[in-house]
Parts: sequence; C-alpha cells; structure tokens
Amino acid sequence: MIDIAAIRQQFPVLNRLVKGKPLVYLDNAATAQKPQVVIDALVNYYSQYNANIHRGIHTLAEEATAAFEDTRNAVQQLLHADSREEIIFTRGTTEGINLVAYTWGRQNIGKGDEIIISGMEHHSNIVPWQVLCAEKEAVLKIVPVNDNGELEMEAFHSLLSDKTKLVSICQISNSLGTINPVKEIIKAAHAAGAITLIDGAQSTVHLDIDVQDLDCDFFACSAHKLYGPTGVGVLYGKKAILEAMPVFMGGGEMIKEVSYQHFTPNELPYKFEAGTPNIADVVAFKAAIEFVNGIGKSAIAAHEAALLEYAAEQLTPIKEVRMIGRARNRASVLSFVVEGAHPQDLGIILDNQGIAVRTGHHCCQPLMDRFAIPGTTRASFAVYNTKEEVDALAKGLQKAIKMLL
Amino acid sequence: MTIQDTENEIVDEFGLFDSWDDKYEYIIDLGKKLAPLAAEHKTDHNRVRGCQSTVWLHAEYKDGRIYFTADSDAVIAKGLISMLIRVLSGHTPDEILEAKLDFIQKIGMTTHLAQTRSNGLLSMLKQMKNFALAYKVKTEND
Repeated sequence: MIDIAAIRQQFPVLNRLVKGKPLVYLDNAATAQKPQVVIDALVNYYSQYNANIHRGIHTLAEEATAAFEDTRNAVQQLLHADSREEIIFTRGTTEGINLVAYTWGRQNIGKGDEIIISGMEHHSNIVPWQVLCAEKEAVLKIVPVNDNGELEMEAFHSLLSDKTKLVSICQISNSLGTINPVKEIIKAAHAAGAITLIDGAQSTVHLDIDVQDLDCDFFACSAHKLYGPTGVGVLYGKKAILEAMPVFMGGGEMIKEVSYQHFTPNELPYKFEAGTPNIADVVAFKAAIEFVNGIGKSAIAAHEAALLEYAAEQLTPIKEVRMIGRARNRASVLSFVVEGAHPQDLGIILDNQGIAVRTGHHCCQPLMDRFAIPGTTRASFAVYNTKEEVDALAKGLQKAIKMLL
Repeated sequence: MTIQDTENEIVDEFGLFDSWDDKYEYIIDLGKKLAPLAAEHKTDHNRVRGCQSTVWLHAEYKDGRIYFTADSDAVIAKGLISMLIRVLSGHTPDEILEAKLDFIQKIGMTTHLAQTRSNGLLSMLKQMKNFALAYKVKTEND
C-alpha cells in the first residue's frame, strides 16, 4: 500500500483553493501536477549551474551537461532501451511523431504506400500522417473501434498488406483509457514488413515500458504526463533506423562539421537535437522519473485502478450518466456523457466547485464522430487522487445535472 | 436605450447574486430562454466551432441596424451569447464597433470562460464586431 497523504504533501498545488473550494484535480491525462522535487530541480538548475551544454569547458557547463545526460540514462532505463543513443529529447510526443513523419516518412513513404493508424488516435497521431500522405500520395488507413472502445483487431489484421509501410498506434487512448494490444500489433506489422511507432503519451506513466520486449521501432512520450516538466519529450528509435534517417532540423549540436558546401551530421542522439535544448526541464525530468520509480509503477497503477473502479461505482447509478469506452483493458480514464447536458456546461459547473475535469473532444474529433457525440467529460486519475475526490466528483456532477436539466 | 444603458442594467442584475452558482443559474436560465435560431441560419458560414462547443451566430442588417440571432449546443454558451445579443442587437455598426463592453469584466466573466479556444465569450464578441465592420464597409461602398 502507498501512503497517499504523504504523496499529496509533495504536490504544493494540491493545497490551493479554486473558486473558494479545495482543488480536486482530475485532469491528469492532460498533464499531471508536479512534485516538489521536480520544482526544486528546476530552481536548483537555474540558481546553481545554468549553462549551455556539450561545448563549454567551464565548471557550470560540465555540471549542466552531466545533469542533462544523466536524464538520458534515466530515460533509457525507464523505457528499457538498448542504448542511450536511442533516446532523443524532443519537446513532447507530438514533436516525436512529427520528427518521424518528416524524416523517416519523407525518405521511405512513396506513392500508393499505406500508413495504418487507429480510430482512437489524438490529432498528433493523425495530422502528421495526413500531411505526409498528401505530399507523397500515400494512403492513410484507420483501424475501426468497436462500441466498447476497443480496436477491432480482425479488421487491423486484414488492413495489413505488403503496401503497409508504417503502423502508428497509441498504447493507451487519451479519451477512453483503452489499453491497446500493441505487442500483437507490432508483431503483425513486422510480419507484413512495416515499421511501427507507439504513441506512449498516456501509457508511460501507467505501464512498465520495455521497448525491446515490445520490439517497436519508435516510441514517443512526454515528460509532463509523468509528473515532469512541460516542453520535454522523448523519441525512442532503434539505432539502425535512426542512423539511416536524414536529419530533422539543422543547427547547434546536430552538426559535426560544416562548410558552405556541405555538413556532416553528428552522431546519435545529437543528430536529432538541433539548437540549445530545453536543458532545465530535461534536468528536472530526471527528478520526475525518480519520483515515479520511488513509488513504483505497479503500485501507482493499482491505486489508479482502484480509483477507476470506485469512480465507475459512484457514477454509474446516476441515471443521466452514460460511460463512453468500456474496454476490458483500461487505464485511469473515465469518460462519460450526461444525456441532455453539454460537456462544456458540465465542465464549467464542476470548475465552480473546484473540480478540474476535461471536457470536449480531447483532440480526438474522429473518435467523437464515431460515437456520435460532441465530446465527453473525462475524469483521469493520478497517484495523488483519493476516493474523497471521487465522491466530490459524484456530488458535483449531481449538482450540475440538477442545474442544467 | 444605448449599449451602455443595457450594460449597466446587466451589471445591476448580477449585483444581486451572492455566489457563482447563482450567476450560473441565471446564465443557464438565459440560455434556455434564448429565442431559437432559424434552421436555415445554422450554416457553416455562421458557425464558430471550437474545442468545446459550437456556436451559430447570424446577423441581419435592416434600416442601418444589425440584428443578431444565435444558438449553441451548450446552454451556458447560449446564455452568454444571449447577453451579448441583448446588449448589441438593434444598434448601428458604428455603435457596435465603438462599444467597450466592460460589463463582461464587471460581472466577473473574464476568466477562462472568455478565453476558451475559439468559442469563448471574446470570440463571439469578435465575430459580432466583424459583422458590424463588414456591414459598415459594405454600406460605405454602396
């Protein structure tokens, strides 16, 4: 068992009031709150050893470089990557996916080639491929989603062919919480000769990630959903694939030698890290990883699963509430509609009671169209949430329903 | 009644409320009472679509004045737009363009409600001013 009270004490923001009421933060799938150790790491970096990395010879530059590279080692362990050269720092999941689309995609996708995504992707894992397909006259195929919010795996297998060049799928859906069978997907995609990208934006905080066991070719995630800072993400790629890829952006650390005639790109991972990176936030990301490791992902997952189950018990008896997404394998997200009330109205009234939930289409418009709804209200749980907060949500929801209907 | 008069009226009405809940109950009530928008005006052209809700805003120009009608799939958005209609509808393009509309701030509605992506209160207002500007330019060139 984990001591939730002790964990809550580490998150200063959880003490604040919203509209005069104690904050109940249930929008963790959008971004998680930050523990004091992460905030301290940021402050410490700027107050003690702020310097540009990799090239300075002075003490501060050495300390900053070491701290930056320490985070890379921590991420390598977090994802169980084979080597640290496979860990590329990005601004977030979205940039990681775009990096693959703009480099590997432009090099390897041609006319008539097919890219498979799923019907539960957020816009970050749709739009880069639409752009690429439009440019290369390639075809985007979508794995359908059943009424429970699960991927139709038979349909996925039938979409695969020798035309399939890439399969890019989220491990956990941000709007439904569905955990997808990515290992099966990757294996089948490889058998068809395709490359795979796993969008780990939602999964990295909830599941043990082992990119070698999954055998995915790319894996993208963000620090801020993992109790870390915003503006930092990671793209994992298999070394051989990354080495064969052209550069993404030019300038800064990505260069080994440059003349006016040509340039030689740097070695991995620096080849893909142009310009001065987000040093402070990368450094603080390590504190977030240590925070998560300190509690243990399985303990976090067990706590969140208990909350999810309790929340479903509390909300299901409210007769106006209809759950969206009832996948058997689900993580930390409760998405629902209230018949006759718009999600935006629910969100506003819940906010008035200090309760932060997400409402709207969650940047998954095609999925909302699939369920013929304008959007959902989504409560998503983190390690610091409590049963009392779920009670507050249920009570707040009943009040909102009374006001709106 | 001038735009400023209507604004003052609304500020006075909101002065009666002690709590946020009361304010929102009032806005929800306004939303429910908003006159329906004719189906033929629910066009893509009239649509302000955002992350959260959809607002349809229609403007008609008659005898030098603009008359607004609107609808939304969310009731609080409807309540907010109904206040804007009450303040701005039936005025000339110049009056609408010059209106400061600080009642929004005075009744405490400037927080995220105003900013929410493309369908917040400020976007609706911008759309109404755009209509006013369009009619002003059109009449000046006729």
